Amino acid sequence: MNFEFSDDQNLLREQAQGFLQSKCPLETVRAVLEGDQAYDTALWKGITEMGWTATTIPEAYGGIGLGHLELCVLAEELGRSLAPVPFSSSVYLATEVLLMCANEAQKQAWLPGLADGSIIGTFAIAEGGKAPSRHNIETRVADDRISGCKIPVPDGDVADFSVVLACDGDQHSLFLVDLKDPGVTKRVLKSIDPSRSYAELNFDSAGAELLGEAGAGFALTDALFDRAAILFAFEQVGGAHASLEMAKAYALERYAFGRPIASFQAIKHKLADMYIALTLAHSNCYYGAWALSTDASELSLAAATARVSATEAFHECSKENIQTHGGMGFTWEFNCHLYYRRAKALALNLGSLTRWKDKLVTQLEESNKLANTN
Amino acid sequence: MDFNDTPEQAAFRSEARAFLSANATLKSESVVQQETEAEYLVRARAWQKLKAENGWACLNWPTEYGGRASTPMERIIWGQEEGKFEVPTGPYAIGLGMCGPTMIAYASEEQKREHLPIMASGERIWCQLFSEPSAGSDLANLRTKAVRDGDDWVINGQKIWTSGAHYSDWGILVTRSDPTQLKHKGLTFFFLDMKSPGVEVKPIKQISGASNFNEIYFTDVRIPDAQRLGAVGEGWKVSITTLMNERLAVGNAGGPDVPDLLRLAATTDIDGEPALNNAAVREKIATWHCQRSGLKYTNYRTISALSRGGVPGPENSITKVVSAAKQQDLASFAMDLMDMGGILREDVEDKFLNSYMGAPGYRIAGGTDEILRNIIAERVLGLPQDIRLDKQVPFNEVPQSS
Ligand SMILES: Cc1cc2nc3c(=O)[nH]c(=O)nc-3n(C[C@H](O)[C@H](O)[C@H](O)COP(=O)(O)OP(=O)(O)OC[C@H]3O[C@@H](n4cnc5c(N)ncnc54)[C@H](O)[C@@H]3O)c2cc1C
Repeated sequence: MNFEFSDDQNLLREQAQGFLQSKCPLETVRAVLEGDQAYDTALWKGITEMGWTATTIPEAYGGIGLGHLELCVLAEELGRSLAPVPFSSSVYLATEVLLMCANEAQKQAWLPGLADGSIIGTFAIAEGGKAPSRHNIETRVADDRISGCKIPVPDGDVADFSVVLACDGDQHSLFLVDLKDPGVTKRVLKSIDPSRSYAELNFDSAGAELLGEAGAGFALTDALFDRAAILFAFEQVGGAHASLEMAKAYALERYAFGRPIASFQAIKHKLADMYIALTLAHSNCYYGAWALSTDASELSLAAATARVSATEAFHECSKENIQTHGGMGFTWEFNCHLYYRRAKALALNLGSLTRWKDKLVTQLEESNKLANTN
Repeated sequence: MDFNDTPEQAAFRSEARAFLSANATLKSESVVQQETEAEYLVRARAWQKLKAENGWACLNWPTEYGGRASTPMERIIWGQEEGKFEVPTGPYAIGLGMCGPTMIAYASEEQKREHLPIMASGERIWCQLFSEPSAGSDLANLRTKAVRDGDDWVINGQKIWTSGAHYSDWGILVTRSDPTQLKHKGLTFFFLDMKSPGVEVKPIKQISGASNFNEIYFTDVRIPDAQRLGAVGEGWKVSITTLMNERLAVGNAGGPDVPDLLRLAATTDIDGEPALNNAAVREKIATWHCQRSGLKYTNYRTISALSRGGVPGPENSITKVVSAAKQQDLASFAMDLMDMGGILREDVEDKFLNSYMGAPGYRIAGGTDEILRNIIAERVLGLPQDIRLDKQVPFNEVPQSS
């Protein structure tokens, strides 16, 4: 048993930290937040040149064929730096789903571009303010043509293709849609976190190619979201950690009543609670990383556990970071809200906390080994 | 990263499991039995003896002192396996977890050979005589007096909250030998026979009605200087060794946990449906599962660090803070699920009620929630200490409760 990342993986972490500290300071995040660009193109170029987008793609498709543990390491650092790039859509969602279920021709067509970053992919499921389910998906495919509206789609405005969950007769399947198809229109959306981009995708008889087994749409989405949840949980933990560090630094330098506010017990205990939430989430992420990298049978339970605890940790750390800063924390000028915004966006991107908690308990019910686990 | 056993670890685990299955009942298959404390102690002594005879006592201690010289990983594997069985280990937690390691660090070779093997085999139970009426969180405020007299020390004063003192044979004791020194100086540490003349043990009744901790009065108790641990005036340093081990010994609060709650929720109904189908119930279970799982894997990470030669750090305080509060809230919620029936003590599920009545003590014993948060804030996050009024003056000038 060994619950640490390897020396090589830690070396990768150091490289990633060094790179992101110089190429992705919070000014970069803020520039995307305040500007019109969908993402920071220079940072994205740097990331693709470092080969991060190629991490889990096999060499046969232009990737470097590392494992998911390496990707977890990168995710944590991208989350820490709030990197304003379409990495998660292209890598945790589009690349993952292709690796899971694409046929050979589809892999040949898309993976090399995803690996070198010349292609951005995404995944479209939501149709507005409701939890997507078998009862309410309205996007339809007939005769390889897709029609309907997906909203919001992360990075939908900049993606070259999207995998789309749609109704396919009386079943649901996944489809590959080239977003350059004339039947696709995109509308950029305002969101809680403008340092990332979201779009509405309208399909009007656009070309659609079946991905994976017909009728397996929800099963594949669930399996994909389990995997993605673990990667996103590392991002969440990275962001939570950065929020805690920011709160700590401020508490040590801000004086009130003749002493640093960090010496007041109410502040100390607040930061201790942030640290506790962060540590529990981090450890659950380790478990998730292991489950992901070994395709363990308890992957779904590990994913839901990592997801729920990382979502709660980032929420706690980002909101209490604002509180620790007092009035300054509530200003646009201070960076506290960057974390607070990202925390909420990440908390919703794969479905709500309530849904993940429900899913977690379903997994517990299904694992009948419970009595003997410790 | 590899959560699986190596072949050696797997072999060790199956050896442990074979011993346990042959000699104990799984928690999931055991029935709660009503028994007196005396009956419980008989069972506990027998279990410890059996473990010692088969090489399963005090795994991390050196073999010459009754241990097995196991690796930290083997110790954790044993803990995982033993934890699945209903076994009476409570009376030994303090002695083997805290007193033993303190003796290993500070006693003479001869003393170790004399005391440790019979501690490991369960023949002698030890207790920890630290807290006093005016010294709990602020342990260094203790006043029990030690005065040198020839080859002996003469002890006068009072200890309180001493768990298991009424059935303990020996104990470790920290005293004040010089009140004119600074508060954390002038302390001296001993171990003693609880049957020494002048030691009087008076059980204290707890909120549950049981009496597991005691007041101890010392009247001219003589302790040979040879039973001093550490130098005169260095008792604080020795206490820290004990407290460091306490962090490992008092980890998880135990008691009914998520699996128990799941079983209860599956068999209790809310309006004709299993409580487990209720969204509010599921939400609670998910939250507690995340804490439980987070603690489990935090512990695994700590163990990984230990096996690379690290020491248990203050990070471990998390385990007690989180698990004690979880124990309390989870028990309370389980009783709530039983609706009005939850009031009854006769109910078959009264393990939740016991847990509900025990949890408040767990949030206090071995460092309160608040003290542990201070430790995390100061030692892990590096935040400043509280402003202190007791550091710069001799102990006998420190302000005290009236
Ligand atoms: C079940 C049980 C078993 C025990 N067994 C033993 C034993 O075997 N041996 C032994 O020596 N002792 C034992 N203890 C004693 C235990 O260590 C003390 O009770 C504990 O350290 C708290 O001390 P106190 O009771 O004096 O409370 P106090 O220290 O008076 O605390 C009262 C309240 O004030 C808070 N407080 C105190 N200082 C601070 C601070 N700096 N910041 C914020 N809040 C603060 C505390 O958190 C608490 O809420 C046991 C206690 C219990 C409940």
